[in-house]
Formats: sequence, structure tokens, C-alpha cells
Amino acid sequence: MIPARFDYVAAASVEEALQALSQSDDAKIIAGGQSLLPVLRLRLNAPELLVDIGRIDSLRGVREDGDALVIGALTTHSDIVTDDLVRRHALLLSKAAAEVADNQIRHRGTFGGSCAHADPAGDMGSAALAMDAEFVIAGAGGTRTVPAADFFVDLFETALGEDEILTEIRVPKKTGWGAHYEKFVRVAHQWPIVAVAATVNASGGTINEAKVALTNMGSTPLRASATEAALSGATATEDGVRAAADQAGEGTNPPSDLNGAADYRRHLATVLTRRAVLAAAGA
Amino acid sequence: MTRINLRVDQENVSDDVEPRMLLVQYLREKLGKTGTVIGCDTSNCGACTVHLNGRSVKSCNVLAVQADGAVIDTIERLADDDGTLHPVQVAFRECHGLQCGFCTPGMIMQAVDLLNENPSPTEHEVRVGLEGNLCRCTGYHNIVKSVLYAAELMQGASKEGANA
Repeated sequence: MIPARFDYVAAASVEEALQALSQSDDAKIIAGGQSLLPVLRLRLNAPELLVDIGRIDSLRGVREDGDALVIGALTTHSDIVTDDLVRRHALLLSKAAAEVADNQIRHRGTFGGSCAHADPAGDMGSAALAMDAEFVIAGAGGTRTVPAADFFVDLFETALGEDEILTEIRVPKKTGWGAHYEKFVRVAHQWPIVAVAATVNASGGTINEAKVALTNMGSTPLRASATEAALSGATATEDGVRAAADQAGEGTNPPSDLNGAADYRRHLATVLTRRAVLAAAGA
Repeated sequence: MTRINLRVDQENVSDDVEPRMLLVQYLREKLGKTGTVIGCDTSNCGACTVHLNGRSVKSCNVLAVQADGAVIDTIERLADDDGTLHPVQVAFRECHGLQCGFCTPGMIMQAVDLLNENPSPTEHEVRVGLEGNLCRCTGYHNIVKSVLYAAELMQGASKEGANA
């Protein structure tokens, strides 16, 4: 199938893109297009204007800024997988990006696009949440920064306004932290039934601090706060983390669908959390 | 209509296209390059895989206008002008890496990308590398064998090159 007709602007700068967005009530931004194009082809959406930000090179790449990494919204999943700075300071993002869809999609799909699309089954949202990422948003009045906890609002809905563009994701460095993204799928290259993003600061077999977030356990990525608190000081063994992981389903509201009922997902979350935390702790 | 200029299979092309035209449609319907096939239309199956600026993409999931200025390589220029097959093509023939053949253009283009990145993959790495390509005949075993054999052929060629 082919998309319905739309007008198209290839913006050369963020300013140009903002200008184009302001002139339409029914515009969509396209970056890599790996989530948007299937939506357009299935005619689940038919915007009158597509604003292509894919040629704005300043939105691509990873740099250091003191205690943070700044990742351009257009940085592709495959670049996140291999980037040295990301691997050193934000390993969880690299691990999660490696699990997004398949190679071809990872070559085109972008970190920013994936977060802005806000599919609750998307892999990068929970990784960003676990990393305490902040989203830098450009609009007519300048830029603002929104923490991940406030960025994801609901199903396919973020804090981004109609006329705003996600430009960068700032991630506090977690240098030396272990990380793992445990994704449970029925068939290869699909969205997870449930997935768990975990990054862990461990020493001498003890977990000092853990950050854990869940994919597809509600309408947005969710932080497993009770689990995080209980992991602090836990021994990095199967028995040591079991009680903490068992709390992973608390406060979640997972969907029931063909792949599993809500209570199945709640159970799955505890199992995958245990696996993710142990792998992240190198146990 | 939007003007696009790109380099496809080592030839410069230029056309006015509707923004909604998919890259795969452009290749097949405007350029007549039907070697690249459409398998699923939902970006699942990978049959339409081509290389965009040297990396594999699903051409049903890229707009032709997004490819403006890009270099596209399709299955049609993988063999040499004199008909000498690419080692991955040789390996697919040798190892019976196809049954109905419909997924083959995409499998081969993805395998070439995979081997460019990782010249001597393990069997597991081949399987993971091909996870975006579906074979409706379920002929995966011979496809994986083909890619592993292609890696051997290409390694052999580069060793010969080093000795020469």
C-alpha cells in the first residue's frame, strides 16, 4: 500500500523545520521514518504535510558535555549500538538499541524518532527512562528540557507540542555501570511482549545502585521504583535479587492481547527483571 | 512533485516524483529495476532490501524523496558487468540457499551488508544478522549455510589478494 497524498518539505535547519510546522495544522515530522512510514502506508494516519528533518546534520551524533552525554535526535539505532562514548558512559542505551527491530530498521531508525513516536512497546523509551535522560525540545520560543519521567505522557503521546521538535537527548553518564536489556518476543524482530531495561552499579558482588524500567507494561515506559529501592545493597545472586525483582509488576497496568494477558505480563516482568539485573551486574 | 537526484547502481538518475512514492516503487516502476521485490508491504519481510549510502535498508520503508542525493545499490548490480557473480550469489547457488527465490534478493543484499560489517560471523551472528528477512519457504538452514560459505569465499579471496 502507498500512503495518502501529502505535501513535503525537506528542512535544512531546525528553524526551517519549525517554520514549516507552524504553517500547517496537520503536519508530521519525519526523521528515519521507520515507525511513521508503516503508519502512513496502512493509512492509520494521513497528515497533509511531512516535514523531513533527516537532512539536519547538527541533530546527528554523540558528544560529551561535562557529566552528560548529548545524543542528537537523528542518531540512528545502529550508531548508538557501536558508538564508543555511548558504550562507555551509557551502555544500557547501546544494549537496548541492539534489540530494536532488525538491522535494516536500525540503519534508518533514530533514537529521537523512536522516543517521539512513544510506542509503549518501543525499546528505547524505557532505556531512556532508566538512564534518567532529559529531552531537549526546540519550539518557536526557544528550547526547553523535559525529564524522561514527564516526557512520556500516554500511548503514543509525549510532552512534545504540535509545533515543537525533539532535538537532543541528554543522558547523565553512568560510567562503569553494567547494563542489560532483556526482551521477550514470540518471533524475531518483533516488539517485546515485555522487556526490562536495567543498569547497575555493582562492586564485590553487591549492588550499590540499580535503575530499572519496563517496556510494554502500561501506556508509557514505567520505572520499577520498588524494585530499584529494594536492590540497593542486595547481593548480585539469583536469591539476592529475587525479592526485589518480584516487586517489578507493582503499579503497572499492562495490556491484555493475543500475546498475553495482563497477569501473565506482570509475572513475566518479575522474571525478566531478575534476569536483566543479574546480567547487568555481571552475575 | 519533488525533484530527486540520486545514484542508482552506479548511474546518475533524476526524476520528479510524488512525495508519497516509496523508494521500492521508484526503483521498480520508474527505473524498471524489478530485481528488488516487494514481499509484504509492512516492512517486515526484508525482500526489498537495498543499500542506501552503503547500508542495508528496507526500500518499502523509505520514501524516494528521502533518498534524494543518496547512493543506492540493488541486487541488479551485484554481479560484475561480465556476469561474474558476487561471492554471496555464488554461495547461495552452491548451497541451495533458495527455494522459491522470492526472498533471495533481500537475503543476499542483507548478507552482503552483514559480511561487510563482520567478515567472519558465527552461525548465530548470521541468524541474528538476517532476522529482518523472512523466507516463506522456511529455507533458513541453507540460507545460513550460504552466508557462512560466502564468508569463507570472501576470506579466501582477501587472503589471495594479500599474498599477491
